[in-house]
Amino acid sequence: MLSLNNVSLTYSNGNTAVQALAGVNLKIEKGKSYAVIGPSGCGKTSLIFLMAGLLMPTQGEVCLYEQQVVKPHRETALILQEYGLLPWKTVWENAALGLKLRKVPDQEIADILGRVFAELEITECIDRYPNQLSGGQKQRVALARALSLQPKILLMDEPLSALDALTRENLQEEILRLIKKHKITCVLVTHSIEEAVYLGQEIIILSARPGRINAIVANPAQGIEGYRHNMSFHEKCTEVRDLLEVHSQSGIRLQEQ
Amino acid sequence: MASDYKNNKFIILTIAILILFLGWEIIALLLQNPALPCPIPAIAAFFQVFPQGLWKHFLVSTYRVLTSLFLGLALAVPLGLYIGRNSKLDKWLSPQLYLIYPIPKIALLPVIFAIFKIGDLSKIILIVIIIFFQILITTRDAAKKIPANSILSVLSLGATPRDIYSHVIIPGCLPEIFTATRISLGTAISVLFFAESFATVEGLGYFIFETWSRVNYPEMFAGIIAISLQGFLLFLLVDLFQRLVCPWLYT
Ligand SMILES: Nc1ncnc2c1ncn2[C@@H]1O[C@H](COP(=O)(O)OP(=O)(O)O)[C@@H](O)[C@H]1O
Ligand SMILES: [Mg+2]
Repeated sequence: MLSLNNVSLTYSNGNTAVQALAGVNLKIEKGKSYAVIGPSGCGKTSLIFLMAGLLMPTQGEVCLYEQQVVKPHRETALILQEYGLLPWKTVWENAALGLKLRKVPDQEIADILGRVFAELEITECIDRYPNQLSGGQKQRVALARALSLQPKILLMDEPLSALDALTRENLQEEILRLIKKHKITCVLVTHSIEEAVYLGQEIIILSARPGRINAIVANPAQGIEGYRHNMSFHEKCTEVRDLLEVHSQSGIRLQEQ
Repeated sequence: MASDYKNNKFIILTIAILILFLGWEIIALLLQNPALPCPIPAIAAFFQVFPQGLWKHFLVSTYRVLTSLFLGLALAVPLGLYIGRNSKLDKWLSPQLYLIYPIPKIALLPVIFAIFKIGDLSKIILIVIIIFFQILITTRDAAKKIPANSILSVLSLGATPRDIYSHVIIPGCLPEIFTATRISLGTAISVLFFAESFATVEGLGYFIFETWSRVNYPEMFAGIIAISLQGFLLFLLVDLFQRLVCPWLYT
């Protein structure tokens, strides 16, 4: 449904130019989940922004349903690094913002959010401000805001990297459950190999900057019951780690979690 | 817990007031100068003088301060927000602001009085010119500092540039705008005091200078208490307003 055709991106500020991505070709298929992993600064966030329509490639094109993406699309939702919640809005107002901007009537917003909040178990946080939430709760609110828009594609940029190990595993389960239940196509950026293997049906390995696709690892066992404790999970992690190390140029090491 | 905190604040405020009056008492006793009366007779004099006509000067000055503050904010805030979010415009304007900002604009007083005559208008214009730049620069810098993440997350929800202003930039700058308002309030009262010291027969500045010239120290000091009270009450008003408009800062 989403495809990147020979996409390159160069940031230019005045007289300095930084090439973030080079010649990326990628097809995101409906209903699948993808994990993107690569060294820090290799262009993962840039890639997600391109898919979200927040950035335009300097070369090539990003297409959704065969149409070039030139601005954020109604069927895509994005969860940013650091959650992207607004400190001056309550949890409810933050989560309602997407629907409000789409001029959905208040009653309908209340119905949708009531359901989503119950599903994510954050109903008791409704009146709080983001600074009164734990990291895990913030992430749930960000998820609620994204899900309230009933997206077909969910893009996530390192959604869990600021969380402690236990909360992170919890939320990984939650994300897995939600994308299955709502049949959402999902692209998730992470710098954790385990997270990539746990959540990605396909694991996209990027090179150091400028980011290119070094390998796409199929991960057919993803999503099976208790995958995390399965031997094949650890084998897949080793496979991905080896690929990352082989390709990481000039000793640039993958950020450890 | 919340009420504990409120009680604490109340106690701290009471202690602060006591210290203020005690310090005043001690200094007045040490100096033994009729221009600085002790707190109790001074306050007694204030309550005597205020209903007799000081209240009129109080109202006139308060009107001038509030009008100037309102105009200053109405002009500087939108411009500051716009310049802060428009780097090309900022590049053009910031050298000019840099040049104008340090000029002590109060020196323009004779010019402004010559152009706008000596009524309310000239005083208000003088204050507006002075606080305009303070508010403009604070607002511009606040708008520049809005995290890109906040803007991008709202853009990804399908926001228009107008939505970005109303949901992100304006609320994000409000705390700094309130800080600028407090600073400008202090500036406005001081400038007005000076501007009222001549060529007018109304206002607290006039009242204080006039009683001083008659060496009527108790009345003069009542005027000083009135102008202090004015500053305090207007400060409270700004605080109250901020509590209403920025509830997230008080959690
Ligand atoms: N707005 C920008 N202007 C200039 N350079 C940028 C900008 N955003 C990112 N970059 C650079 O592009 C490269 C890729 O950035 P990013 O996509 O954020 O990487 P990642 O998310 O993989 O850490 C980095 O070297 C970064 O410094
Ligand atoms: Mg990143």
